[in-house]
Amino acid sequence: MSSSEAPPDEAPIEAEPIKAVPVRHYGRWAAGVVILFLAFIVIRSVMTNEALQWPVVGDYLFDDRILRGLQNTLILTVISMLIGIAGGILLAVMRLSPNPLMSGAASIYIWLFRGTPLITQLLFWNFLALAYPRLGLGVPFGPEFVSWDTNQLITQFTASLLGLGLNEAAYMAEIVRGGIQSVDSGQREAASALGMSQTKTLRRIILPQAMRVIIPPTGNETISMLKTTSLVVVIGYFELVVAAQTIYSQNYKTVPLLIVAALWYLFLTSVLTLVQMQIEKRFARGTSRDVAQKTGWRSRVFSRGGGNVT
Amino acid sequence: MTPVVSAQRIWKSFGSVDVLKGINLEVQEREVLCLIGPSGSGKSTLLRCINHLEKIDAGRLYVDGVLVGYKQRGDKLHELREKEVAFQRKDIGMVFQRFNLFPHMTALENVMEAPVQVRREPKAQVRQRAHELLERVGLADKAQNYPAQLSGGQQQRVAIARALAMQPKLMLFDEPTSALDPELVGDVLGVMKQLAKDGMTMVVVTHEMQFAREVADKVLFMDGGVVVEEGPPERVIGSPREERTKEFLARVLNPNA
Repeated sequence: MSSSEAPPDEAPIEAEPIKAVPVRHYGRWAAGVVILFLAFIVIRSVMTNEALQWPVVGDYLFDDRILRGLQNTLILTVISMLIGIAGGILLAVMRLSPNPLMSGAASIYIWLFRGTPLITQLLFWNFLALAYPRLGLGVPFGPEFVSWDTNQLITQFTASLLGLGLNEAAYMAEIVRGGIQSVDSGQREAASALGMSQTKTLRRIILPQAMRVIIPPTGNETISMLKTTSLVVVIGYFELVVAAQTIYSQNYKTVPLLIVAALWYLFLTSVLTLVQMQIEKRFARGTSRDVAQKTGWRSRVFSRGGGNVT
Repeated sequence: MTPVVSAQRIWKSFGSVDVLKGINLEVQEREVLCLIGPSGSGKSTLLRCINHLEKIDAGRLYVDGVLVGYKQRGDKLHELREKEVAFQRKDIGMVFQRFNLFPHMTALENVMEAPVQVRREPKAQVRQRAHELLERVGLADKAQNYPAQLSGGQQQRVAIARALAMQPKLMLFDEPTSALDPELVGDVLGVMKQLAKDGMTMVVVTHEMQFAREVADKVLFMDGGVVVEEGPPERVIGSPREERTKEFLARVLNPNA
């Protein structure tokens, strides 16, 4: 476009560049000194406190049992989130359906699963056999084709997945619904006018745009799920925290093993954060007018312009 | 010959407000019809009824001789399924006031989307046609740009190309230049003029009287949900008979008077 072209050629009368003395932020400098001092105290105590037993942390960081627990934590997180996202999309679409029974059913599901503590749900799935000793497939009020002993069907693993995944679906439903509703109604109209069916419109037009709104909270949920999996301690499934517990109940090195677990959670959270950033970048397609400009942390921390606090 | 659009005594109300009160309308093939009138007169609603974005409450509306949104069995009307409505819409192109391009797709992808997804045409063939269409609207070099990187006028021209990609037999324009900066209006109108010259059947809701005069075969002035006056543009715009038409035109043509 010609409107964005540079100013006219004829050079204006040369103006002298401004050489002003920058504003001195004495308050900020003082606060910085206080922070550095506090950081020094904390780091010094962490390094020198014998009770933390850093060498023991090192010994157990890659212990077989810890790694096995870690693996199970990851499996739980991934599958539970997959159940949560798929269920969430289904519930969100149901909730937005013009059929009052559909939206009502979704509302009741969300109400039920958000309204009870996750621990209760986990325990419930674990003890499902007490309520329903046998589970079967068949015609309601008619013949049954197959049936299983609930205790064999619902292992600690499946109970964990059911508890975490079904609970997550309720939260994801609200996140997805918010995303779908954030898309301009003109988009749906344009798609209809082109002859696209409702399912196609949802899949090709609405969801990809909703993703931009859905991803950040979903990233939060995934990171939160990573740590929430430790709740399955109550039904004894062997994940990271149970692994740490198992070890320190034998050797009484409680603090170092909790640090081992914490370090792994921190590491995984950091990885997930990076993954989230990549996905966000992908779905930001078409949202900015120009090529993304980078402001590094370096320039933000050390800029002498005083920084614009927003 | 069957008219492309034929509306008979169409009524439409939103709640207790009657927006269209018995509209009759006929558009022949290769004809350009301009709908003019004050805002709230029902002209956009009428346009949206033609591709069933709005349901009519009474009357009959035919596109290419086929009932829109319903089918007749015996003396009973049956609502069409969503899929059948979609099937009818694919032959009717529509251009919106606010462009409504898909922001997550490039200009080229916008144009290719419906032929590939709805008509299931092979991608290579559609891409070729999409490039031609973008060239036709003067945006050959913007194929890879996202809508946010285009000016309003460019976006609207992509939107026209997108509608044309479905090779419609009828194009509907809903105030296509109302959301544009004045200096960008000309480009869009230019594309529409060319389209009319090429023989496209068009129904255009517009406030551009100059365009209506030049391009329209027939102008329909609406106010309060009824057709007040209709005829060739030189008659309706040049020497209106009705008082309401005269008032409206005086306001539109001399907004500062």
